[in-house]
Amino acid sequence: MSEPLIIEAIEVGALVDRVKQFRQDGYRLVQISATRLPEQVQVTYSFEREDRLANLRLHLPAAEAKLPSISGVFWCAFLYENELHDLFNIAVAGIAVDFHGKFYHTAVKFPFGTSTSPAPSPKTASPSPSPAAPTAKPTPATDPKPAAAAAS
Amino acid sequence: MARTIIPFGPQHPVLPEPVHLDLVVEDEVVVEARPSIGFIHRGLEKLVEKKDFQEFVYVAERVCGICSFIHGQTYCQAIEEIMQIPVPPRAHYLRTVWGELSRIHSHLLWLGLMADGVGFESLFMHSWRVRESVLKIIEATTGGRVIFGTCKVGGVRRDITADQFSEIRKQLDKIEKDTREITNVFLTDSSVKDRLVGVGVLSKQDAYDLGCVGPMLRASGVAQDTRKLGYAAFKDLAVEPITRSEGDSFARCAVRCDEIFQSIDLIRRAIDRMPEGEIAVKVTGNPNGEFMARTEQPRGEVVYHVQANGTKNLQRFRVRTPTFANLPAMVKTLQGCDLADVPVLVLTIDPCISCTER
Repeated sequence: MSEPLIIEAIEVGALVDRVKQFRQDGYRLVQISATRLPEQVQVTYSFEREDRLANLRLHLPAAEAKLPSISGVFWCAFLYENELHDLFNIAVAGIAVDFHGKFYHTAVKFPFGTSTSPAPSPKTASPSPSPAAPTAKPTPATDPKPAAAAAS
Repeated sequence: MARTIIPFGPQHPVLPEPVHLDLVVEDEVVVEARPSIGFIHRGLEKLVEKKDFQEFVYVAERVCGICSFIHGQTYCQAIEEIMQIPVPPRAHYLRTVWGELSRIHSHLLWLGLMADGVGFESLFMHSWRVRESVLKIIEATTGGRVIFGTCKVGGVRRDITADQFSEIRKQLDKIEKDTREITNVFLTDSSVKDRLVGVGVLSKQDAYDLGCVGPMLRASGVAQDTRKLGYAAFKDLAVEPITRSEGDSFARCAVRCDEIFQSIDLIRRAIDRMPEGEIAVKVTGNPNGEFMARTEQPRGEVVYHVQANGTKNLQRFRVRTPTFANLPAMVKTLQGCDLADVPVLVLTIDPCISCTER
């Protein structure tokens, strides 16, 4: 079994609109992960529909990493976004349920806040990246909502 | 009506591991649940900077103390994809046998915890008695009970002999018979049904939208099972997801009951078709690339995102565990429930905080 790794490069400003498109197309949010690079933070959003995995990838400057929340589109994203903040020091604006840095009780603040590994290799196991999506205007994040209201 | 906040956990009789909920209640109805995790976050993902990619199999196995084998297997699959390692067919089948044994013992463990949660102590003991038979098979074939240590990059460390397979078949017959007696009680006894039927209903759409996985998702009618992707021996062994449409706690229990028998059937089929040959290949060099491996844990889909840059240490290891994915649904099902049903609803996602706090 070799599931193709489909990665679509995207700009931060186009994120929320692209995620809305995934939602409209019937995808579910699988996970959000981040990788600390020497000067950047790489963030990968994974979606799935009918056993097909699709990924969005963007890069943020490590110094002041900021993202809009997608929890207004996929409410369950609030867990991943709190994780991005607590482990990678990424400021995510408008998380539906924001733990304000209290999601993980880590001994070291922002344990992935600094890079200890060399730059990544461009080689991938199943390289099939799509062309970068067109850049759109930044989309404002949704307002924070209490858990009960947002989930109901 | 005045609202009261009742703390639930992080230490609670139904919780073997720490998770906390602030339950906002009106009278005895929960109107909102605010989860808190992270009390024992272990930082295993960071450990990849210290352990080389082959040693890290041991760390991956220790993400969870129940479904440990499949964690190791998923990690190995990710590395093997990156390095294009031709894993021997027999190793794929052996991994499948051990993975399904893990699912059986995990589900029996959950059935016991659920019986304990609803106050049916004898049923709890019987569930764990049968589980012990599964653990004995695992111990006989791997040397471990919950941490197997048999999976490695390139294959497996141990083989199972023909005599052992013969004994496993005999044991499976007994386990199947004993499990049938137990699940009949779970699915027909009024004292169990009274606590589970109609409690914590999650619609098909909500289950999908909230990113649920595993029995939590399938009990709401979504036929999603990562084994359908065909990893390991599942490319030869067809798996039809077990679903229910009710979406309540009883449906989640019923799905797990049926999945035990499905796993027993899968093990029998895997033994029938067990290929001869090597169980591992030699691995040389370091991985360079990226892969996202997905497998079906007892609690649902687990995702391993591995990035390697040609050195012995991986650049990034990230695991999204099934319990993490099911937490939003737990919060959702708690809204509007009776306070007395909170322990049952927390249990029905089969929470594994060890996984979540990897």
